[in-house]
Amino acid sequence: MSFSAARPLDPWRWIGVPALMCVGATLLLAAPIQLFGLRLPEPVFPMVCAFGWAVIRPSILAPAMLLVLGMFLDIYWGGALGLWAVSLLMAYAVTLAMRNMMTGQSRPMMWAWYAGMCLVTMATGYLIIMLDVKAAPSLVAVLWQFLATAILYPFAHRLIDRFEDADVRFR
Amino acid sequence: MPLRQDSFGELKVPLTWMAVVALIVCGVVGVSILLSDRRETFQTEAYGAARQAVDTVSAPVGATVAAPGRWTGDLLGWLRSYVAVAGENRRLRRDLVTLRVQADEAVRLKDENDRLRAMLGVRTDPPIPMATARVVTDSRGPFANARLANAGSDAGVVVGYPVLSERGLVGRVVGVSRDSSRILLLTDVASRTPVMIDRSNARAILTGDGGPNPKLEYLRGRNPIREGDRVLTSGDGGVLPRGLPVGRAVKGLDGRWRVVLDADAGAIDWVRILKFKDYSQLADQEALAATRLPPVITENPEDRIIGAGTSQPQPAKPPAQPLATPPRKSAAPPSRPPPSPVQKSAPVPVAKAPTPAEGRPQ
Repeated sequence: MSFSAARPLDPWRWIGVPALMCVGATLLLAAPIQLFGLRLPEPVFPMVCAFGWAVIRPSILAPAMLLVLGMFLDIYWGGALGLWAVSLLMAYAVTLAMRNMMTGQSRPMMWAWYAGMCLVTMATGYLIIMLDVKAAPSLVAVLWQFLATAILYPFAHRLIDRFEDADVRFR
Repeated sequence: MPLRQDSFGELKVPLTWMAVVALIVCGVVGVSILLSDRRETFQTEAYGAARQAVDTVSAPVGATVAAPGRWTGDLLGWLRSYVAVAGENRRLRRDLVTLRVQADEAVRLKDENDRLRAMLGVRTDPPIPMATARVVTDSRGPFANARLANAGSDAGVVVGYPVLSERGLVGRVVGVSRDSSRILLLTDVASRTPVMIDRSNARAILTGDGGPNPKLEYLRGRNPIREGDRVLTSGDGGVLPRGLPVGRAVKGLDGRWRVVLDADAGAIDWVRILKFKDYSQLADQEALAATRLPPVITENPEDRIIGAGTSQPQPAKPPAQPLATPPRKSAAPPSRPPPSPVQKSAPVPVAKAPTPAEGRPQ
């Protein structure tokens, strides 16, 4: 068996750097700044990684890093510990399961798939919070965060575009 | 089988399965962490060392990240005030006339209030010290609404202290590290605050849902609230002091009563953390615990009017011992009780208790 065409991805390049960029962007947008009386949006940046990593290829490190990123969000945003970790892993798992259906789709269709995975993440978080605090969060607030996260697809597209062909074993 | 036809199929399957196993393991870990989280208890020990460490690191980072935005805001505010200085001057003069009248009235009312309190001997609440802090990070999502302020246990802040902006109540402290504290906002989905309607004195629970306007739940009374009513903290439960401004009542699009928070009227840069302790905590707990309960006196069935005619005089029994005194165990037979004052004066006619056969209806 020849391994010449198998060129494993450098984990630092396709997992480490995007994860650090997500952490940096989260720190930046957590600043208590108001512009013209409006506060900054709060997108879930690690959603870009959850979608992109699952589309690129199955990986052992990716879910572990998503767990760490989710924990970071929970602690930094002051939410229930494990909320975003489980939500992101759920989106990663669904994307991984549907990966074969997404491969080769056009960019608008991939954007629609990404928005769908954002919905999965938000629905998971919604259910967890309902069970945790026995109260339903505001759907309007959930919708705003969904929209702020869904418009981040260009970053996920760049991540996929850059590393999709790097490992031909999973094409 | 197509998977096995290419030369990498042999390698692909194990890697995929290992990735699935890793995903399942991470999922189990995540769910376990979620189940073990005790954020809703709002206890100091539930906050955890990890959160304290992250807050300690986040406070200076957040302050640095927010600094350019803060400077820009200050510059824009200065420019705006410079441009609008003439109009602002006219408005301030009008406000000054109104406020002078109100200040005279406030002095008169305070004097009257002090005299009445002195006459009635009312014990007023002690003044509450406070710590001032700057907000350095802000989370605004539907599942968590919290802020990080740069004053912690070094400044005397502990979990549970209420937090105010210059306009009204913001939330309460749910976590403290050495030089930062986490503030749970009134809008957080886990926030519950006892409030009252200033006009009708009706009580309610202010319940956050992640949106900008928290709900008023458990409103009691007939027509307890109207549009625009002021909402204050009620102080019920002793968690918050009474009378802190919260906001104004509005009817939401969903038909529920909600509150437009006073604190949301402008950017929250600085906050005041009230070092408020529940007044029940200030009381001498040892003195309260040492209080003995009065003896329990039950009805003596022999003193009842019914059946008094069939009573036979019997010697009086010694008075019952208070229940607060435990019975002393002794192997010796009980000694004869000393004669009671009742025995000395006159024998009490004691009614004979009816036997079960007598008490049965015929």
